[in-house]
Amino acid sequence: MLSPQITEKIDYELTKYPADQRQAAVMSALRIVQTERGWLSQESMSEVAAYIGMPEIAVMEVASFYNMYDLAPVGKYKISICTNISCMLRNSDEIVDHLKHKLGVEFNQVSADGKFCLKEGECMGACGGAPLMIINNHTMHEFLTPAKVDAILDELK
Amino acid sequence: MAKQSAKSPAPMMTDPKGQTLVCLRTLSESEPATLATYLKLGGYQSLKRLVTEKTKATDIITEVKISGLRGRGGAGFPTGLKWSFMPRYFDGVKYLVCNTDEGEPGTFKDRDIIRYNPHQLIEGMAIAAYTLGARVGYNYIHGEIWQDYETFEAALKEAKEAGYLGENLFGTNFSFDLYAVHGYGAYICGEETALIESIEGKKGQPRFKPPFPASYGVFGKPTNVNNTESYASIPWIMQYGGQAFADLGVANSGGTKLFSVSGHVEKPGNYEVKMGTPFAELLAMAGGVWQGRKLKAVIPGGPSTAVIPASVMESTTMDYDGLSKARSSLGAGSMIVMDDSTCMVKALHRLSYFFYEESCGQCTPCREGTGWVYRVLDRIVKGQGKMEDLDLLTDISKNISGRTICALGEAAATPVISFIKHFRAEFEYYIEHGKSMVDSKAEQG
Repeated sequence: MLSPQITEKIDYELTKYPADQRQAAVMSALRIVQTERGWLSQESMSEVAAYIGMPEIAVMEVASFYNMYDLAPVGKYKISICTNISCMLRNSDEIVDHLKHKLGVEFNQVSADGKFCLKEGECMGACGGAPLMIINNHTMHEFLTPAKVDAILDELK
Repeated sequence: MAKQSAKSPAPMMTDPKGQTLVCLRTLSESEPATLATYLKLGGYQSLKRLVTEKTKATDIITEVKISGLRGRGGAGFPTGLKWSFMPRYFDGVKYLVCNTDEGEPGTFKDRDIIRYNPHQLIEGMAIAAYTLGARVGYNYIHGEIWQDYETFEAALKEAKEAGYLGENLFGTNFSFDLYAVHGYGAYICGEETALIESIEGKKGQPRFKPPFPASYGVFGKPTNVNNTESYASIPWIMQYGGQAFADLGVANSGGTKLFSVSGHVEKPGNYEVKMGTPFAELLAMAGGVWQGRKLKAVIPGGPSTAVIPASVMESTTMDYDGLSKARSSLGAGSMIVMDDSTCMVKALHRLSYFFYEESCGQCTPCREGTGWVYRVLDRIVKGQGKMEDLDLLTDISKNISGRTICALGEAAATPVISFIKHFRAEFEYYIEHGKSMVDSKAEQG
């Protein structure tokens, strides 16, 4: 069951579209559910399909097409780091190595304590602040150095 | 258009950094994103004037044509001409869409518009909506810049409460609702028809054109799609006149342009300068090449534009014709600077992975071709390349280009062809020695 907190937010998104175009809100609906629950299980996607009134397969198509949706658990904090060219030129590889070493994970793995997951993202459209990473699809941290990464991780309890 | 008397003389707009601020003109103020700041600069007055004076759409479009404004998302199509494609009479809702889905590496200019000057974009869209008869608008924002999405939503609320969005604006029968919507990690949605599919709640796979969005867009209705920077230029053009905007730039490139400068410079970031500004001046604004190193190459408009070697770049001007003479293009103004420590083989390897990862999979030449290109480059980087791979890479790329529904195929091919053309010796060295020429030189000190 989608909680009232979730449906209230989805209902707000639905106001943006004509009444006969409810499917348009699926991008937001999946984002809202993922934000509340951490990731998108098959059950969550079915609930979204039922609430919006669209085929489950169409929800699945969207969830699997866009790479910020997580179809498997990502721990309490998902760290998406960009390694694309502008970040690479400013040594994102060094930040990736530092994160892998510090968290004891490779890309797409969750740390042993279930707290962190490291993902390699594609261009995040903020290359002026390279190298950079995003926590839980929300908070962006720019101009990263190993020391700055340490300070950010220390804040994540 | 409107009476000449209504227009004010254009102010001097050069800031201490040497920028000419049009789209980011609130940056010189202490609280750039607020409605109060925007109003202080004459914000929303053009919208009010055009709507209340019932200015004719054709007059507004003529003014946009005079301004020389060309689509800032990369294609450079004249904005005024695009607007004239929208059907004037249509029985039903017409839509307006803004493309703030910046996912091409090195592109981050629109982000600064929505976080530092959101109201100018809102006013620009409202003016476009009035001109084109659009009742509803969507600004589609890149999912990764979530905090900026929130800033823009807050600005929408502010504008609505102040009576600049919503029903019967300024007591007239003009109504316009504008909403923020978002992507969630797909480069392809920067392509306008993929973006429209995404707004409709589908996979972002481009549509075959024609029909163009002007006749069949969002929910199958006539839709005008422009880039963020294009819309954000409109209020200034209406306030000071199309000619004043054209005069800021050079022939064929009216106005200012936001350049996103990233990579090997001391001060990466966005710089808004007059079209036609020499590259050397822009580079100096960004603090020059970092760590006292030498310039090697520049990708001037995002990876879908051809790389330019330093020797050519240094004498190039930043405008449509200047970059076309340098055998590349202005693209979205996404300038990626590479110093002499850059291995061009590894740089291309990374870019090829990006296009492979982001191909939507719809067209065989792109879906398969980007994978082949990546795998061939991957074996070169792993020291297993063969000399004939270079011609193979060029051959595959030429066979992707022009054989796909959207421009991603061509975007993927351009860097491959241009990197190998300009830096062939470096690729040959890598294949012959199994390692990077640049790294080898560095080891030898």
